[in-house]
Amino acid sequence: MIIHFDVIIIGGGPAGIVAANNIARQGYKVLILEKELNIGSHIKNIKNLFPNFMKADNVLYELTKKTDHKNICLETEAFVEKTYKENNIWFVRTSEGKLYSSHALILATGFRIFDARYKEELGYGLYKGVINTVELEAMIMKKDIKTAQGKLPQKIAFVNCVGSRDEKVGNHYCSRVCCINAVKQSIEIKELIPDAEIYCFYMDIRMAGQFYEELYRKSQETYHVNYIRGRVSEAAETIDKRIQIKAEDTLSQLPLKMTVDLLVLMTGVEASDSTTKLSTQLKINGEYGFAKSTNLHLSDNQTIHKGLFLAGCCKRPLTLPETIADARAAALCVVDYLKNN
Amino acid sequence: MQNWGFSVAPSRIIDLDKDDVSSYKIITDKVPSAKRCLMCGACSASCTSKEHIAFNFRKIHLMFRRGQLQNLSEELDKCMLCGKCRLVCPRGVNARAIIFNMRIILNDMTYKNIKV
Repeated sequence: MIIHFDVIIIGGGPAGIVAANNIARQGYKVLILEKELNIGSHIKNIKNLFPNFMKADNVLYELTKKTDHKNICLETEAFVEKTYKENNIWFVRTSEGKLYSSHALILATGFRIFDARYKEELGYGLYKGVINTVELEAMIMKKDIKTAQGKLPQKIAFVNCVGSRDEKVGNHYCSRVCCINAVKQSIEIKELIPDAEIYCFYMDIRMAGQFYEELYRKSQETYHVNYIRGRVSEAAETIDKRIQIKAEDTLSQLPLKMTVDLLVLMTGVEASDSTTKLSTQLKINGEYGFAKSTNLHLSDNQTIHKGLFLAGCCKRPLTLPETIADARAAALCVVDYLKNN
Repeated sequence: MQNWGFSVAPSRIIDLDKDDVSSYKIITDKVPSAKRCLMCGACSASCTSKEHIAFNFRKIHLMFRRGQLQNLSEELDKCMLCGKCRLVCPRGVNARAIIFNMRIILNDMTYKNIKV
């Protein structure tokens, strides 16, 4: 049996939810397919949002409320296997064998975090003292920042650009959110452990967003975070299970080594598995596994196929406000398409 | 002439009107990946030579790029050409080939007859 909707949205993250809400309010029947048990995607794992430290829970609550509309049908734990188009109708098949059809389809399959084990020299997965940004965020959520030995860390180092701007792992692009996220997390650590020493290793600090630069300045002025310009080239475990790192302080032009209790890798943003799979299947695959719109400036939500639209991080790394704005734009394109076809 | 016990030190300013930046063109022609360097310092941090002796490839590369060729020949002798810097470089710069070519440009006798 095929269940028909006006629009099917693949992905129940912020992009999918906002797009669904905006389309549903125009009187169209929308189906959201989410592969996990709960909607909200990565927001579920974040405590505060940069740059204003708004509680991510509040955003999640508002987003969840948006799905509570008579025109929105929400299917969780629905993993999309295949999408195809026949006679101007889109068909979506889930792994459970359910078949849905619609006039328009939105891809909002989002991103995933880079697997830091590919950067072997940084010791992620080898040493317990090396964690990634998501694991640190989980500690911040629990208000319990501890080393693997259960001690309070006194010296913490952040490494930026892990898995982004890196030819060796095939990701040439900048993930855009890691710099500001490192600033945010270092402030949160300082609030939980006021006497902790924090070092942030960077290649370039990219604060290209409203209030980002101000937060960066605040982290230096109020929270005494130390910024060192240099890429950490290797990490090794000491006998007392701390992490020794080597870098060059490129501004003083001297090699630098230090031992830290916790090494946090600011892992970059990559296209999610679903993004790569579906965009390849639909032949709209762009660079680095992301989906490709027809024109970056003029038609960023449209694709080469009529009735197929893109929203959010399936195109490129975006911040949350950008994702939500993009989802609204996608909704407008879809409503326009439904009216004229 | 009266010896006052001191002399005028040579200028340590980078003067892009006068300094020889053309040598670097030879490097980028032979090793195009040199242009991609973003001066992150991963090469000098992982360097095996710097464990024993002051050696900083990133700095030498930048000095060469800016046409500051004085004393670079002796500096370059400190490299053991192990190639570890190539492994950590995020931009895939062939640092070893750059050092090879710098030595040739600076007329290092050992490398004069080697074709790279």
